Amino acid sequence: MTIEFMKGNEVIGAAAIKAGCRYFFGYPITPQSELPEYMARELPKVGGVFLQAESEIAAINMVYGASGAGARVMTSSSSPGISLKMEGISYIAGAELPCLIVNIVRGGPGLGGIQPAQSDYFQAVKGGGHGDYRLVVLAPNSIQELSDLVMEGFDIADQYRNPVMILGDGMLGQMMEAVEFREPKKRNLPPKNWATSLNNTSSKKIINSLYIQPKDLENHNLRLHKKYEEIKKNETKYEKLETDDAEIILTAYGTTSRIVSNAIRSLRKEGIKAGIIRPITLWPFPYKAYEEAADRTKAFLTVEMSMGQMIEDVKLGVNGKKPVYFCGRTGGMIPDSSDIVEKAKKILGGEIQ
Amino acid sequence: MKTVFERTKALTPAVMHYCPGCTHGIIHRLVGEVLEELDVLNKAVMVAPVGCSTFIYDYINCHTQQAAHGRAPAVATGIKRVLPESVVFTYQGDGDLASIGTAEIVHAAMRGEKITVIFVNNAIYGMTGGQVAPTTLEGQKASTAPLGRDKSHFGMPIRMSEMLATLESATFVERVSVHSPSNIRKAKSAIKKAFVNQISGEGFSMVEVLSTCPTNWKMTPIRALEWLEDNMIPYYPLINLRNPKEVE
Repeated sequence: MTIEFMKGNEVIGAAAIKAGCRYFFGYPITPQSELPEYMARELPKVGGVFLQAESEIAAINMVYGASGAGARVMTSSSSPGISLKMEGISYIAGAELPCLIVNIVRGGPGLGGIQPAQSDYFQAVKGGGHGDYRLVVLAPNSIQELSDLVMEGFDIADQYRNPVMILGDGMLGQMMEAVEFREPKKRNLPPKNWATSLNNTSSKKIINSLYIQPKDLENHNLRLHKKYEEIKKNETKYEKLETDDAEIILTAYGTTSRIVSNAIRSLRKEGIKAGIIRPITLWPFPYKAYEEAADRTKAFLTVEMSMGQMIEDVKLGVNGKKPVYFCGRTGGMIPDSSDIVEKAKKILGGEIQ
Repeated sequence: MKTVFERTKALTPAVMHYCPGCTHGIIHRLVGEVLEELDVLNKAVMVAPVGCSTFIYDYINCHTQQAAHGRAPAVATGIKRVLPESVVFTYQGDGDLASIGTAEIVHAAMRGEKITVIFVNNAIYGMTGGQVAPTTLEGQKASTAPLGRDKSHFGMPIRMSEMLATLESATFVERVSVHSPSNIRKAKSAIKKAFVNQISGEGFSMVEVLSTCPTNWKMTPIRALEWLEDNMIPYYPLINLRNPKEVE
């Protein structure tokens, strides 16, 4: 294995190709354009297809068709473009098609801006599209983890026949770090005997999300729900550091968690016992990690690049046992480590109720 | 006894849900017969639309992907790019193709996707109950145009075939009708050419089929066929618009 020095957006492409993805459908949008550019250059070399669609709507529907045909396929975009894909994502979830969707989040609402943000948390984990469905949402905080989760993301998608989203931000997409492309743990993936491919001609295959009889649709939803419960049981992933003795637990995902780690170092230097819980899967969310920590710590501080979205899930996990505070910047502004330190000190000093 | 006609094996025995006098059934049969005659049924992938023909997968015996409203050409693009050996076709109505799905159809045609599009134009929204469509004729009444389509309010009907025929990569475009036996035969011939066009790798192919909707037109089936001939054909002429080298 060799270690390479690469930009986040290109790592996504390289990891996807190594994971066997041969089809990419997308539409240009800042700040993720290096990814489709990389795919346009690299996919033809491995016999794959890169196609720039007329819109994000068309791109996600091409993903639907390609996935239904049995291929490993992906698309990528940034916030406003992901909003356009939501119709297709709902159909993909309903028809149980595996695929990888990358959202390199920028500030919103509306056209918003082009700088890094985490303001699409609700859209990613609480729906976004219509209907009772769930998207597996992975939130890497380094270029290495980005590569690992892209590769594993395809496997998760195939194992459960479910769309998987990588939720990153402009910082992750644009920064360069060392990366080693590592195979994910081996999974026993089911054969795609449902695909409308030439391998499956023994019977007619139908890719569909329509169940016109209410009882049939209810049964379909119950089956999906069972699958989601299985995903919750098997795939929930988080990291906790220095939480055992922590008086205050900070929590953040993605790039923000790195700023929080700096804040924790500063706090510890000053003798304040601070720790971090970092969700790696945003759905399924690691509620249990908060529930357990709530018995030992005094307070929680959620740090996000938004006006506070993940904090609602943190509160569900803490379940009223301890106060949960918020510190964040939004619109493309990045939280400063010293602001986080100040806020934590004020909370422990009783200055904030 | 000599068998002179039997149901194509491309059609399932299911009883169709279409209204009496609706021409979807005829068009389904023509598509099915062509798939059987070209011996491509086992490698066909159909993309079903949203509209009256959403349930087409209950009637035609081949792999199917059901698409979101208007997105069938994008779904078909994804399928064909993964399975270039498959015969991929969409079956779309005029609400699906000429209204909500205009971007998808125009760009699939522009790219020269090697797919076949069966575009059923009955000048109205059928499934949702007879609302005005971009293809509704001037003066034609609809539930959301109770006084008839008014040119000053809603413009003039869109001619999709003529529009798409301006695209270099739309290599086969023809408009046909199924209001009489001779026209049904011509329609089948056009559908066959459109599939041959795909199989021979020429590019994008589309057949627009003028169709009736007796229920929402509020006419008897026979009156609807006459109305189609008298009103639709003058505005939507039966014509081959693109056929680079006479495909057989």
